[in-house]
Amino acid sequence: MQAEAISESSASRPLLETQSHPQQYKHWKLRVEGPAAYLILDVQEGGGYLPGYALKLNSYDISVDVELADAVTRLRFEHPEVSVVVLTSARERLFCAGANIFMLRGASHPFKVNFCKYTNETRLAMEEASAHSGQYYLAALNGLASGGGYELALACKEIHLIDDHSSVVSLPEIPYLGVLPGTGGLTRLVDKRHVRRDLADVFCTLAEGVKGRRAMEWNLVDEVHPPSQWEEMIAKRVAELVREGATQQGIALEPLVKERRGNEIIYKHLTLSVEPDARVARLTLRGPATSTAETPLPDNAAQAGSGWYPLALFRELDDVLVELRFNFEEIGLILIRSEGELESVMALDRQLRARPDDWFLREVRLLIGRTLKRLELTARSIFTLIEGNSCFGGFLFELALASDRIYMRDDADDPAGIALSPLNEGAFPMGNGLSRLAQRFCGNPEHPRRLDTGKEPHLSAQQALDAGLVTAAPDELDWEDEVRLAIEERTSLSPDALTGMEASLRFAGPETMESKIFGRLSAWQNWIFQRPNATGERGALTLYGEPERPRFDRHRT
Amino acid sequence: MLDSIPNNVNLENNPKLQRALQRWNPNFLDWWREMGPGGFQEDRIYLRTAIGVGQGGWANYDYVTMPEYRWGIFLANPRQGETIHFGDHVGVPYWDQVPGEHRKDLRRLVVTQGDTEPASVEQQRLLGQCAPSLLDLRNLFQVNVEEARHLWAMVYLLHSYFGVDGRDEAEEMLERRSGHPDRPRILDAFNKPISDWLALFCFTTFTDRDGKYQLASLAESGFDPLARTTQFMLMEEAFHMAVGETGIARVIKRTAELMREGKDPESVGAIPLPVVQRYVNEWATASYDLFGSEDSSNAAAFFAAGLKGRYQESDNSRYPDHVALDDVFEAKIFEEGSWTTRQIPLRRAMNACLLDAYVADCKRVLERWNAVLKEHELSERITLPSVRFGRHMGIYSGQCYDIEGNPSDEQTLQSRMVDWLPSQADYDLVKRSMVPVYEPGKIANWIAPQAKGVGGQELDFEYVQFH
Repeated sequence: MQAEAISESSASRPLLETQSHPQQYKHWKLRVEGPAAYLILDVQEGGGYLPGYALKLNSYDISVDVELADAVTRLRFEHPEVSVVVLTSARERLFCAGANIFMLRGASHPFKVNFCKYTNETRLAMEEASAHSGQYYLAALNGLASGGGYELALACKEIHLIDDHSSVVSLPEIPYLGVLPGTGGLTRLVDKRHVRRDLADVFCTLAEGVKGRRAMEWNLVDEVHPPSQWEEMIAKRVAELVREGATQQGIALEPLVKERRGNEIIYKHLTLSVEPDARVARLTLRGPATSTAETPLPDNAAQAGSGWYPLALFRELDDVLVELRFNFEEIGLILIRSEGELESVMALDRQLRARPDDWFLREVRLLIGRTLKRLELTARSIFTLIEGNSCFGGFLFELALASDRIYMRDDADDPAGIALSPLNEGAFPMGNGLSRLAQRFCGNPEHPRRLDTGKEPHLSAQQALDAGLVTAAPDELDWEDEVRLAIEERTSLSPDALTGMEASLRFAGPETMESKIFGRLSAWQNWIFQRPNATGERGALTLYGEPERPRFDRHRT
Repeated sequence: MLDSIPNNVNLENNPKLQRALQRWNPNFLDWWREMGPGGFQEDRIYLRTAIGVGQGGWANYDYVTMPEYRWGIFLANPRQGETIHFGDHVGVPYWDQVPGEHRKDLRRLVVTQGDTEPASVEQQRLLGQCAPSLLDLRNLFQVNVEEARHLWAMVYLLHSYFGVDGRDEAEEMLERRSGHPDRPRILDAFNKPISDWLALFCFTTFTDRDGKYQLASLAESGFDPLARTTQFMLMEEAFHMAVGETGIARVIKRTAELMREGKDPESVGAIPLPVVQRYVNEWATASYDLFGSEDSSNAAAFFAAGLKGRYQESDNSRYPDHVALDDVFEAKIFEEGSWTTRQIPLRRAMNACLLDAYVADCKRVLERWNAVLKEHELSERITLPSVRFGRHMGIYSGQCYDIEGNPSDEQTLQSRMVDWLPSQADYDLVKRSMVPVYEPGKIANWIAPQAKGVGGQELDFEYVQFH
């Protein structure tokens, strides 16, 4: 019975293509004009990820967002000269009608959850680009923006809406579908745009949305312009915002080298090896070659290019996480290992933090940070295993810190070691704004300071255990059994309970808008997605577009 | 001001409606002066004014200047039944207030319908400058004031039943403008200008007939004020369609006469039949689109909720099943190289059902037009374009069909369009014919006279007294 339950999941879908390139975009046009870039949504109705639904009215599915995510990342690396990114559509009187309902209805629960999560990660990447990469996102809503379409706009720094007396912004999920505008919509409304809570309440239940002037009064948008002045006003605003004369030269993000072989995906610096029966995925990273680490950074760091080890590795990691989420739904536990020279990693770690103002190094650090967050937001158990040939130092040790548990082998004959660096103290903040070290010891803020990361401390298994940096340090006689039992026990537990437990334990400390969005998405939206009022036989999402009307179970919890 | 508004909705004792109208009415009059018939606002027109829904109240003719026309608010008499007769609420008493559950859908129906009414006045505002006769001129203005009254009817619903938001929407009706780049009307067909009388007659035949079918389906509504409001509007709509139908019939008659006399219609300023045919094609096609998609979740929701029924839904012999959950509608469609039948769950196909009834009605109109050709012993016939041709909405949009609905391809269509849809040369030709005739009893050369006058008057009556 269980085997059936497993085979029915992601195996029944075609593999999701996780990589894209502007030349392959079906749904977006990316136009770069000096310091301004235009991302123009023009969804190909029949170009969705799965058959069975047409992406009408510029509605989107995961294939649209994979392209958007690619564009957002690419703009940062390939076009650092761009300082304003305008998000708009190629359609008359229509920006975007949000996530495609028929796609959502047909999707499995895990797929829906991962779809929502991924789209929000893309939106956070836009916000991060606005905040830290000097790329200011501006939503130019040239027509209706409803549901996810408006949520996308909410992820921009400012929102302009065409005022043609018809076009609205709206979040109609609750009245039409009985689900939430939960991919950040509700939270961004009140936490980011500070829309008054009662007005937000009205807005989120008003199926027809809000037009021009009132949308501005309620702070749902920043500016409105009549159609006859639309292009001129957007151009004027872009001209005000751009920074002319940027001289940085971008780098090409070369396609990832990625080979599928049986139960493996082999990247240049990384191998994913899946054991479907055990529901375990082994993620093994290969450390940098000694020669790489000994090569000094060029004067213009960007010349290191997309093959530079930290960038290349984390692009692969980012990709493999998306693979795991969408193409390996049944995998419950990710085991992270590394193989390589700790010293080589630390040499790259020094390069990575050497020039705080360099745009390229900044972007690499930000990409590493995003990937680590994506790891923590992956609803799978994560264990890191540290052995004699491991190279978890500095920025790579963050992978261990992002794990639920860390096992380090204490073997005098083949001693394992880890190393810390100043990058562990805030270069890669978690969604709640804390460094992983600070979060780990949030009851004892002095402790991370005593670790003195500036001196790049190297720690043995015993020292790491004493310092609270690893969960357990079994010796060579215990190692195999300890690790095997931990794995087998973990994968026997309820996946739902584990998801809830991990999400609760991973993010101790304060809340931010980002952490709230994921918290509410994981808890509320996913609860509602499971409830009969949304997805039952007579649920609103099930019956949307069907001849029958929903019938609700009226009991409130 | 309120004293002069004819009504049967108890306006005298409705302070809420009084307050709303007091604010709205001045803006309405400003709108009428700006966007109503251009150049004739001071003239006295022999118009019919409804002052009641009974026998004597319906048709009162007198001279009036248009800004002083007494626009009124009327509900048809109470309906036979007392309970909703279709959808999920069969047997539930008619609603006399908007049920909160259906507010958004009702609002959408009322706003969309209401927006078309002032739009058509705007589209037609310059036609008076080239009217073929005084009676035609008067009929145009009758249509215009009644479309404005239909706006009043929808505004009455918004004011009375939709609260503050309804009042805002009523204002928006006066702010949008047909074809305006910044504030266009909601539906596309109402943003294209009607610049000659042939277009007007096509509009009143085909587009107003869409109006008839929309209103008829709303007249079935479980929301009683909407049902009774639209029921009364249908009486006026019938006159508009008659203006259109007889208008085209008269054009055809005139052209047929000239052809029988062996004259080239064009050479004497009349309109050749192929041009008439192309106008018919243009307006019929645009009107098909107004029905919305053949497969529509909105239509299903409206039916399920008991808000919008089929044409004559109350007629049990026409529809044995008023729940419509088990049936399908079959639509013929050419896909991937062969004809297939698409099965649409009946509720989702309500727009298609309405369109079917409409097309049958249009066919009867064309038969009457063709009878004129037959009387003149001409073999030419006017035909109705296929519902698959030239669609921008629904299951056939984006596909290639010829005028008869046969599958075609992009290239063929491109090369044949000049045969099927009016070209600039056609528009120019019609425009050249449009010579104004303002003398009582006289008629332009491109059209035959009416069969009779209106309001008990002769054809040579002075229907418009210029100031």
